[in-house]
Amino acid sequence: MRATVLVRPKAGILDPQGEAVGSALGHLGFDVQDARIGKVIDLELEAADAATAKAEVERMCERLLANPLIESYEVEIVG
Amino acid sequence: MITYPGSQDDRDALWALGALDAEPVPVWHDESELPDLDAVVLPGGFSYGDYLRCGAIARFSRATAAVRRFATAGGLVLGICNGFQILCEAGLLPGALLRNESLRFVCRDVRLTVGRDDLPFTARYASGQQIVLPVKHGDGRYLPPPNLDPAQVALRYVDNPNGSVDEIAGVCNEAGTVMGLMPHPEHAVDPLLGSDDGALLLASLVDAARERVLAAT
Repeated sequence: MRATVLVRPKAGILDPQGEAVGSALGHLGFDVQDARIGKVIDLELEAADAATAKAEVERMCERLLANPLIESYEVEIVG
Repeated sequence: MITYPGSQDDRDALWALGALDAEPVPVWHDESELPDLDAVVLPGGFSYGDYLRCGAIARFSRATAAVRRFATAGGLVLGICNGFQILCEAGLLPGALLRNESLRFVCRDVRLTVGRDDLPFTARYASGQQIVLPVKHGDGRYLPPPNLDPAQVALRYVDNPNGSVDEIAGVCNEAGTVMGLMPHPEHAVDPLLGSDDGALLLASLVDAARERVLAAT
């Protein structure tokens, strides 16, 4: 089974990387109000079904993949 | 002194502690038991390549598990730079360290104000004293948890080099037995290096460890 994890800086956490990219997009003429940069983690795992896989990946997020103080995460089971 | 793959300031810290008449012992990261120690130092560097987040992987190494047991039993633990990041990731210190606000690696001497002089790490300073230590990091912007007790702030930057909230450069746990800081005391132990203010921090730790040993005998 394949899973994709999206890790984002939490709302309210200063993201200077996002600000720099947002400002660069502005210089290119794009009308961007806000840019935030996170990360994507693609996983392949063995699991009986999608619900079990999702629960397992959420445990991975809590323990390692995201730091709950500064990051939020979303898990998508691709199938 | 715990050495992780990617640690780079362990040798300077070993040398500095040796010069202060401590008997520093190097411990490799895959040791699951610590030798008989009176204090632990987690050095600066880029443990496990800083992959995922700084300190995130080192937190799960065998030696860190042993350090956690040591700290939980009240042992003295000092984390410098990457060591500070590891202690935060491990939950032994509050808060997190994020990318510098400037997005630039900073490498220079900074002035700091000592917040507390009653800690095992700061006893040789006076509260309110200004000291100079070098910083060298890309991810040093300290973000405290919402409930951080201001009494846990051991050091503050005079000129904030990284955007840390409330100018926080170093914090301790509630008991005052675990401390982390982004500046490098081990690089400031001789006037030839530009400052010897860092020797006082390490010497405070050596004093405290020695007092504990004497009190136990």
